Amino acid sequence: MDWIAIFQNTLRGFFGEQAIYFALAAIGLNVHFGYTGLLNFGQALFMAAGAYGLAITVVTFGGSFWLGVFMGIVVFPIVMALILGVPTLRLRADYLAIVTIAAAEIFRLFVRSPRWDWLTGSSDGLGQYADRFYEFSPFNPRVRYGIGPLNFLGNQFWVVIVGWVVVAIAVFLVYLLMRSPWGRVLRAIREDEDAARSLGKNAYWFKMQALILGGVIGAAGGMMRAIGTQSAQPDNFITDVTFLAWVALILGGAARVFGPVIGSMILWGVLSFTDTFLREMVAEEIIPNSLMEGPQVGQVRFMLIGIALLLLAAFRPQGMFGNRDEMALDDR
Amino acid sequence: MTANSDTKPTNDTSGAEAARAQLAEVAWEPGVKKPDTVLSVDGMVRRFGGLTAVDVEHLEVQRGVITALIGPNGAGKTTFFNLVTNFDTPDEGVKKFNDHDLTRTPAHRVANLGMVRTFQLTKALSKMTVIDNMKLGAVGQAGETMWRALVPPMWRAQELEVEARADELLKRFKLDHMREEFAGTLSGGQRKLLEMARALMVQPELIMLDEPMAGVNPALKQSLLDHVVSLRDDGMTVLFVEHDMDMVQEISDWVVVMAEGRIIAEGPPASIGENEAVVSAYLGTHHDAPLNWEEE
Repeated sequence: MDWIAIFQNTLRGFFGEQAIYFALAAIGLNVHFGYTGLLNFGQALFMAAGAYGLAITVVTFGGSFWLGVFMGIVVFPIVMALILGVPTLRLRADYLAIVTIAAAEIFRLFVRSPRWDWLTGSSDGLGQYADRFYEFSPFNPRVRYGIGPLNFLGNQFWVVIVGWVVVAIAVFLVYLLMRSPWGRVLRAIREDEDAARSLGKNAYWFKMQALILGGVIGAAGGMMRAIGTQSAQPDNFITDVTFLAWVALILGGAARVFGPVIGSMILWGVLSFTDTFLREMVAEEIIPNSLMEGPQVGQVRFMLIGIALLLLAAFRPQGMFGNRDEMALDDR
Repeated sequence: MTANSDTKPTNDTSGAEAARAQLAEVAWEPGVKKPDTVLSVDGMVRRFGGLTAVDVEHLEVQRGVITALIGPNGAGKTTFFNLVTNFDTPDEGVKKFNDHDLTRTPAHRVANLGMVRTFQLTKALSKMTVIDNMKLGAVGQAGETMWRALVPPMWRAQELEVEARADELLKRFKLDHMREEFAGTLSGGQRKLLEMARALMVQPELIMLDEPMAGVNPALKQSLLDHVVSLRDDGMTVLFVEHDMDMVQEISDWVVVMAEGRIIAEGPPASIGENEAVVSAYLGTHHDAPLNWEEE
């Protein structure tokens, strides 16, 4: 067994690009669900908005990288949030859930459609739009950087550094907002919208702002992913992506500033660990081939995550950071 | 402008006395004009399918007094509350708060105008602390604008002022020892108190209480009654829905009786028991027992 490789991969899972992308997506969901009570089952839509906002601007329309960043982080997610929010936010929470999951799939199928190949590159997607990003990299693409076993090639290291800075900014933003009177109104809306309205708060407008803010943060996650892989593809934004972001949020604990970040790190740390660990076990035939073969590892690790979630729900429903007493108030 | 605008609100009951004196002149009939109206309703109709839940031709609420709205279950009292505060939209009708037409005013703006309501099923915000519940109630907070929220110096001073006011009210309602607890840990009666105190954070002119006594134990009831009376003595107008006839007799200055969506009687509390329409429609033989009509 190559314990060093297992350890190294696990560390990379904790701190690597996937953890960053999903941390951002989950921070956005935390604004939606954790603080405001909005059930968004289409976070992949906002991530796709970030990715395609950048890619379409640069590749299809030949705009600059910075214009692309602006489109992907500001314009696209705000437009999406308005499209989703205007018809649904006056209704009960479940309507938003239905509309978001549908909208995310509609958008994915739209960008995938050959009819719009000139615009979105259909199923091949768009690529090579982030060269400008890597031009700023102070790191040599051929050299590995990092601390001890945790190291990345230059360009990847650049993505990781910038990514964690973006995560830190998002966390700080959420921290500032949620301890302000504005955040207090969001929490009040989560608890009881009518009570908030009876006290003079425009619940609809606050929910819209929360939907936009969480969408913008999710779009930042999608854009970091699109930059990291230099390719925006429709199948990067299937519904599983939304649900993994939810897993990260629930693992870490909703309505906690660091909950989604830690949740995402644990999710990808555990996924990387089980992946490498199981592969080693299969390769060394500690797990016999009759039971499991190499290619099945990818699925089995998600089964393990599923079991971990069940255990979490049973023994620590509030997530890593949640407050159990607070959870228990629901039962009263 | 108002009957009590020239009086100090605290512990000076002369404004309320004057308002009550004015009421003595008013005839005991449904839809009667009041000398100093804070809220008036005209031709308000709300239908649910074939059922006309509310059909109020005319009602005025006198400023500075406690008005009780009573009636059997299903009389349309809560629906009427919802219609007046725009939590529900009437099929027809006009309502005015201080000459301000509320027809197109969204519910949240009604509160900002100075008319606040509570709910029959208490809406304590369980996963927020008692003090946060209170602070939420203050209107016109600069820190409730998203971009200002990011710059604490823009709202810190106001927040401290709001907090001081909240603490004062918590002390008055004897909830100060629960300040940092989650509102969800409060007892039913304490939640009623919190909801009333929170509504006062709005600094309303008119406070509408939907069954403030429902589910409150007798010991706490007296203190709630005292609080309601003190609101009036502070210069506020109180309109409340209640089933508890003892409470209505004890504290209200004026009683409005609804049955089957209509106003069937109005008058001082003593007059209501003798009113034939009320007796036949509502009181029946149980004069002072809490009434148990069929469920809504």
